[in-house]
Amino acid sequence: MSNEAVVHAHGAVAAHEVHGDHHHEHHHHETFISKYVFSQDHKMIAKQFLITGMVWAVLGGLMSVLFRLQLGYPDATFPWLEDILGKWAKGGRITPEAYYALVTTHGTVLVFFVLTAGLSGTFANFLIPLQIGARDMASPFMNMLSYWFFFAASIVMLSSMFVETGPFSGGWTAYPPLSALGDASPGSKTGMDLWLISMALFVVSSLLGGLNYIATVLNMRTKGMSMTRLPLTIWALFFTAVLGVLSFPVLFSGFILLIFDRNFGTSFYLSDIFINGVGALPNEGGSAILYQHLFWFLGHPEVYIILLPAMGMVSEILSINSRKPIFGYIAMIGSIFAITVLAFLVWAHHMFVTGLNPFLGSIFVLLTLLIAVPSAIKVFNWLTTLWRGNIRFTPAMMFAIGFVSLFISGGLTGIWLGNSALDIHLHDTYFVIAHFHIVMGVASMFGMFAGIYHWFPKMYARYLNNTMGYIHFWVTIAGAYLIFWPMHYQGLAGMPRRYYDYSIWESFKQFAELNRFISTVAMIVFAVQLLFLFNFFYSIFKGRKVTKQNPWDATTLEWTAPIHPGHGNWEGEIPEVHRWAYDYGKDGKDFIPQTTPVGADESHH
Amino acid sequence: MTMFLTIAVIVLIFVVIFQIAKASEYVAVLKGEEVSRKQNNKINGFLMIGFLVLGLIGVWYCNKLYYGKTLLPHDAASVEGARVDSMLWVTLAVTGIVFIITQILLFWFAYKYQENENRKVFYFPHNNKLEVIWTVIPAIALTVLVVIGLRNWFLFTGEPPQNAMVVEVTGKQFGWIYRYPGKDGAFGKKYYKNIDNATNSLGMIWEDELGHDDVVMEQTMYLVKGKPVKLVIGSRDVIHDVGLSHFRMKMDAVPGIPTTLWFTPKYTTKEMKEMTGNPNFQYEISCDQMCGNGHYSMKGVIEVVDQDEFDAWMIKQKAYYLTQFPDKDPANKPAADSTTKTAQVKPAVADKKTVVKL
Repeated sequence: MSNEAVVHAHGAVAAHEVHGDHHHEHHHHETFISKYVFSQDHKMIAKQFLITGMVWAVLGGLMSVLFRLQLGYPDATFPWLEDILGKWAKGGRITPEAYYALVTTHGTVLVFFVLTAGLSGTFANFLIPLQIGARDMASPFMNMLSYWFFFAASIVMLSSMFVETGPFSGGWTAYPPLSALGDASPGSKTGMDLWLISMALFVVSSLLGGLNYIATVLNMRTKGMSMTRLPLTIWALFFTAVLGVLSFPVLFSGFILLIFDRNFGTSFYLSDIFINGVGALPNEGGSAILYQHLFWFLGHPEVYIILLPAMGMVSEILSINSRKPIFGYIAMIGSIFAITVLAFLVWAHHMFVTGLNPFLGSIFVLLTLLIAVPSAIKVFNWLTTLWRGNIRFTPAMMFAIGFVSLFISGGLTGIWLGNSALDIHLHDTYFVIAHFHIVMGVASMFGMFAGIYHWFPKMYARYLNNTMGYIHFWVTIAGAYLIFWPMHYQGLAGMPRRYYDYSIWESFKQFAELNRFISTVAMIVFAVQLLFLFNFFYSIFKGRKVTKQNPWDATTLEWTAPIHPGHGNWEGEIPEVHRWAYDYGKDGKDFIPQTTPVGADESHH
Repeated sequence: MTMFLTIAVIVLIFVVIFQIAKASEYVAVLKGEEVSRKQNNKINGFLMIGFLVLGLIGVWYCNKLYYGKTLLPHDAASVEGARVDSMLWVTLAVTGIVFIITQILLFWFAYKYQENENRKVFYFPHNNKLEVIWTVIPAIALTVLVVIGLRNWFLFTGEPPQNAMVVEVTGKQFGWIYRYPGKDGAFGKKYYKNIDNATNSLGMIWEDELGHDDVVMEQTMYLVKGKPVKLVIGSRDVIHDVGLSHFRMKMDAVPGIPTTLWFTPKYTTKEMKEMTGNPNFQYEISCDQMCGNGHYSMKGVIEVVDQDEFDAWMIKQKAYYLTQFPDKDPANKPAADSTTKTAQVKPAVADKKTVVKL
C-alpha cells in the first residue's frame, strides 16, 4: 500500500497492516519545529493554511473597511487615520493613491490568499487524506513546501505595503500598460515588482499543492473507496486542484511577459504609448489585450477554484445535517465536472468591451450562459436534499444554507452579465461588484465558515461556541445582503467601480446616503468577524471538549479516526470502505458509516 | 475621545456577547446536549422563516428607495439603449421568478423540515425524471435569453448605418480628446511619437492633408439627435473605457488598438433635463477602466443637440491644423505680412521629425 510506504519513508507514526485491532503507537521524537513549523503532517499544514488565511482575511477585511470609510464619508476627516497611515492619509483623509492601493490589495489578498490558499489549501489538506482513508498526502514534503511558498508570498506581499512609492494600485487584475509603467502610476513602481514576485511564489505554492492533491486522490484511496464512493468534498477539491494546475501556469506566463516588459524593454503588451511628463515610449507592436487573455484564462477558472471547495463542503454538510443522502450524487459530480470544463472556455466574458471580435464574443456568451445549467442542477439538488429531511441547525448547517441562498442570488445576476449585450451596459459598474461579491466572495466565505464550524472538532478536538456561531451567522448573512443588494441599484445607475469620489459626477452622486449606510454595515459585519476570530482562538484552548468520536453522526472516514488523530491518522489499520458516503436515513437507520459492510437484507437504491 | 468611547462600547458589547455565549454553553451542558440542541433548532428554524419574510420585504423596500435613482425610470437616451433596457427587463423577469421561488423553497424547507422526533426522513438519493426536468427547463430559458442577447450584440457590434457621423475619442490620463473629421469626412493620419501636449495632442502627421480640416477639442463632444454616431476609440497611454451609461454603451480605449462603438442619440441634452427634472443634467462620459490615481475624475461631457444647432456650432470650430499654423489660415491672411509669418513657422515644422507609420 503506497500510504504505508510514504509514512514509513519519512519516519512518522507507522501502522501495521496485519492486525487491525493491534494498537501500536510509535513514540516518535518530534520537536517543536518539526511539529508546528516545518510540519509534514497534512493536518498541521491545513491549520497553517487556515490561520495564515485568517490573518489575511482580517487584513483584507480591514482594508475594505478603510476604503469604505472614504466612500461613505468622502468629506469627513479622521485624524486617527493619519496616525495609522501617515502620508497616505494626510489630514485624516485617505489619498487617492492609498485608496487605490487598498482596493487593489483587498482584491488580490481576498481572492488568492484567503479564498484560494485559505479555503482549498486548508480543506484539501485536511480532508483529502482523512476522507479517502490515507495516512497523509502523496508527498508530505511537497505539501510542506506548498505552505512555505505561500508564506513567502505573504511576506513579500506584506512588505510591499511599506515601500515608499506604495503597494501596487492598479486593480487586482493588474492590466498593463498601467501595471507595466511606473511613470503612469506610482504604485506600478517597486510595489508592482513585489506584487509580481509575491504572485509568482503563490503560483508555485498552488501548483505544488494542486499536484499533490490530484496524486493523492487518484492513488491513495483506501480499500473499497472507489471514485464513486468518494464524498462530494473530495470530488470538489479534486476538480479544484485540476483547475489550478491547468490554469495557474498560464497566469504565470502572463506575469513573466509582464516582468520582461517592465524590466527588460520588451513590448509584449506595450504599443503606441505617450506618458505625460515622460514622452513617447519606444515600444511598438505589443498588445495590451494579450495580457487580459492570459490573465483571465486563470482568472475565470479562479472563481471556480474558490467556489468548488465551498460547494463540496456545503453538499456534505447539508446532507449530514438533513439526515438524508445528497440528492443526485452522480448529477452533482457531473455538474462539478461540467463546471470544470466550461470554466476554461468562458474567460473572454470578462473582455466583452475590450473590442474583441464580436463573433468570438458570441461564442463566449453561449458557453458562459451554459454554466448556468450545471449551477441550476446543483441548486435544485441542494433544495431537494433539504426536502423531507430532519434538519439539525448546527452553525455549520446555517452557513451551508446561507451559502445556497447567496449562491442563488449572486448566480442569477451572472445571467445578466454573461449576456454580452447587457454587459455592454453593466460592465465595470457596481452591478458587477454586487454580483461577484455575493456569488464568489461572501458565498465562498460561507462555505469556508461552514467547513470550519463542521470540522473544527476534528481539527482541535473541541467545539466552537454555538451561541457565538449563531450570532456570527445571522449578522453576517443579514449584513452581506444589506451591503451588496443595494449595490445592484448603483450598478443600474451606471455607477462605475473603483472611483475614489463620486461627488463631481452628476450621474452618480445621488447615492451618498446609501454609501454611508453600506459603509456602516460593512463595519458591523467586520466587527462580527472579529467575534468569530475570538471564538476560534478561544475554543482551541477553552472550547467544550469533544467526547464522541463521531459528533455529527456522519458516515465518512474522518470520524472513524481517533478524536485526537496523530500523524498517520488511524492508529490501527486504515478502515475499509463498503459503501458510498451518503447512507443517511436508509432502511430506517439514522446513518450507516462507510465502513459498515452492506448487509444481505439491505435495500438497493 | 469619541474614538476611545466607541472602542470601549464595542469591547463591552463583545464581552457581553461572550459572557452570554459562555453561560449558554454551561446551561447546555447542564440540560443535556440533546435538549439544548433541540431548543436551538426551534429558534433557528423560526429565524429562518423570519429571515425569508423580512428579506422579501427588504427587497421590496430597497426597490422603493432606490429604483428612482437608477437609469431605469427614464427612457434610454439612445435607440440601441432602449433594446438593452428591454432585454434587461426580460432577464429580470426570468431571474426574478427563479430567485423568488428558490429562496422561498430554501427557507421554507429549512423551517418546515427542522428536526422533529416523529419525522422519518425520506430516503431519496436520486430521481432521473426530476433531474431531467431541471436540466431542460433552465436550458430552454437560457436559450431564449441567448437568442435575444446575441441579436442585440450583433446589431451593436455590427456596422453603423450609412448616414452615421464619425467622431474619434482618445483617452489619456485623465481626460478625453475628441476629433471630428471636418468637411472631407476623413481623419488625417497620426503617429504617437508626434504627440506634444502643447502643439499636437494627438500626434497628427501634418503632411497628411486629410487632417488639415480635422477639428480637435477637449471637454465637450457635440452629437446630433437622431443621427447615428460611430465613435473610433483609442488611448494615448493606458487602457481607459468610454462609459456612456445614459446611452447604455461602453467600450475600452486601448493603446495601439482602435476600437469602435456606435449608437443613435434619441434625446437632446435639453430634453433630458426636462425628462429627468434635473436642470444640471449632463450626458457624462465616465472612464470605466482603472487607469491610475485620477481615474475617478476622468470625465467627459456629451452635448446632444439638433442638427441646426450642431451645424451652427461646427461652423465656429477652427481646424486643429490652423490653430497650430495660423499663417495657413485664410482668415489670417491680410496679404502683406503673410510671407514673414511663414518664414517664422517653417523651421519649427522642419524641426518636428515626422515619421510616417506604414
